[in-house]
Amino acid sequence: MAPERRWRSPEMLKHVFAAMALSTVLLAPVLVRAADEIPLPRQEWSFEGVFGTYDLASLQRGFQVYKEVCSVCHPVKHLYFRNLAEIGYNEDEVKAIAAGYQVTDGPNDEGQMYQRPGRPSDPVPGPFPNDQAARAANNGALPPDQSLIVKARPGGPNYVYAILTGYKEAPEGFKMLEGMNYNEFFAGHQIAMPPPLSDNSVTFADGTPATVPQMAHDVTSFLTWAAEPNLDDRHRIGFKVIMFLIVAAGVFYAAKRKIWAPIH
Amino acid sequence: MADTRPGATARIIRWIDYRLPFVQFLNHELNEYPTPRNLSYWWNFGSLSGIMLVVMIVTGIMLATQYTPSADLAFDSVERIMRDVNYGWLLRYLHMNGGSMFFAIVYIHLFRGLYYGSYKTPRELLWIIGVIILLLLVATAFMGYVLPWGQMSYWAATVITNLFSAIPVIGPGIVTFLWGGFTVGDPTLHRFYALHYLLPFVIVAIVLLHLVALHRHGSNNPLGIDQKGPQDTIPFHPYYTIKDLFGLTVFLLIYAFFVFYAPNFLGEPDNYIPANPMQTPNHIVPEWYLLPYYAILRSITFPILFISSKLAGVILAFSSIFILFFLPWLDTSPVRSARFRPIYKRVFWLLVIDVIALGWVGANPPEGIVVTVGQIATLYYFIHMLILFPLIGKLERPLPLPSSISAAVQSGGARLSGAGAPLAKP
Repeated sequence: MAPERRWRSPEMLKHVFAAMALSTVLLAPVLVRAADEIPLPRQEWSFEGVFGTYDLASLQRGFQVYKEVCSVCHPVKHLYFRNLAEIGYNEDEVKAIAAGYQVTDGPNDEGQMYQRPGRPSDPVPGPFPNDQAARAANNGALPPDQSLIVKARPGGPNYVYAILTGYKEAPEGFKMLEGMNYNEFFAGHQIAMPPPLSDNSVTFADGTPATVPQMAHDVTSFLTWAAEPNLDDRHRIGFKVIMFLIVAAGVFYAAKRKIWAPIH
Repeated sequence: MADTRPGATARIIRWIDYRLPFVQFLNHELNEYPTPRNLSYWWNFGSLSGIMLVVMIVTGIMLATQYTPSADLAFDSVERIMRDVNYGWLLRYLHMNGGSMFFAIVYIHLFRGLYYGSYKTPRELLWIIGVIILLLLVATAFMGYVLPWGQMSYWAATVITNLFSAIPVIGPGIVTFLWGGFTVGDPTLHRFYALHYLLPFVIVAIVLLHLVALHRHGSNNPLGIDQKGPQDTIPFHPYYTIKDLFGLTVFLLIYAFFVFYAPNFLGEPDNYIPANPMQTPNHIVPEWYLLPYYAILRSITFPILFISSKLAGVILAFSSIFILFFLPWLDTSPVRSARFRPIYKRVFWLLVIDVIALGWVGANPPEGIVVTVGQIATLYYFIHMLILFPLIGKLERPLPLPSSISAAVQSGGARLSGAGAPLAKP
């Protein structure tokens, strides 16, 4: 049995070491960067892991939190009302949600821009017409777009959750700038955003108690979906692909052994 | 209905081959092609990189049909691909992670060549063509990274193009010329897109040259000795087609894991923030596969004679690849494989560790110990190339080489009867 024997040879061990070394190169930048940040508290997310999927009830609650709280300052530029069908709203509900917004359309035949109720094909309108208006209304700070925020921050959902729940009294002697808030997990600990959530900021239709951790969890789930709407498909297809490849690898390995048998 | 008379296909092939020996060529180069019988799995990485090149071109062309190379629209058009194009997320993640996979494979391929002396006579040109491919890959990958027009795209483009400003007198003019303006902007993105689309096809052409050069004398092998007759070789098909196919499947498993379960693991979160010329990210880092060069670039913190520290860094970073062109002549040992080179066999791993150290340095902010490690690792890299390679070849006493591949297989490997006999196709 030639292959087994080769695994034990010092040369083969070195090859294994080489493979490990190269994978270290792959991992190094990430490992190193994680070390110089405050560890984020890890949350349980339904979308983690190979079989992870979004929890639609949580996404809908999260959308409600976004709509009633976050959307006062933050846009979700890459979301369309039609996308809400993917988190379990039916056609009529999506139409009703869209119609609840006024969007600017035009120009009409008179050359004027006009307001009309939103349609499912419209992007979700942001709170400000442009970044300058957003800064003017927020003490000079620009509330970032939320539709990619989970992918745009190291730590992803754990980071967003940590920021939402990380407000504290500034420690003794910590110098705060005018209008800033102390947050444990924000770089430099001074964040322009005031604590956005307090208990019962919203009332959930399904009776879930609207505690700060609950709302933070739900809205973070919603924002994860907003950043990565195809995650369910990706996980499902990936599982099939990997199963197929494992079987194929087994078949090809057996074929290889058989074909090479006269040479070994 | 097709003509099913016996021999019809054969007659057509004969007709074509008489005029254009295409099938004959394929048969000769991919079927009968005599290959050393003792190639290990480390020899899979050549064909794997060829396959990755095809994967990158195919997914890239599909992405190009949906992508808009304009500073105002590029970022949003990538998001449209991710959200609204059917399986756009799959194409984009395949392409994005494919770049990392491609480099991982090419680096293993390169280090395999270093370990087994694949650059030595008569394969010097094969090696040099390979180094040219590496240079083109680095350029293509860098320009591709700019296209999503995120924060890291923009600032990587700014930092790297600014390197040319270190060239005395004409430097600043070159930078303006590269940008097509006075800062990285719309014209820069347009030209990077054009070149990112063009260069892969140039790479295909040079890969063909790489294959022509390879097939001239055939593959090197773990023993590093020449083929001495038909008893040393086996036909490429079916032996290496099946071995490559198995290796490919294992590789695809790793690739699929990243694409489906960790698609952004190798990327930078900052690149999901649209490019903002007014705001510099805290740490500007290139993709992992460029980190060692980046580390060398930054490790020169002092002027060398009349050369500014910046220019010296640029020269050394480029030299770290260019020096590979001279490796066939820097290595003075007549023995190819490290198996028979007791000193080189150990020193080889110092280079691997050194490159990993450089990668670590490149990933970290240049402060304190990181700078020192970077300087030592850079110094060692060039000592290894310029001093150790020539010196070890001279000082080392190589172990006796086996008389032939088949002899070695018979005594050291499997001892089946007939293992040394020429093999007919099964």
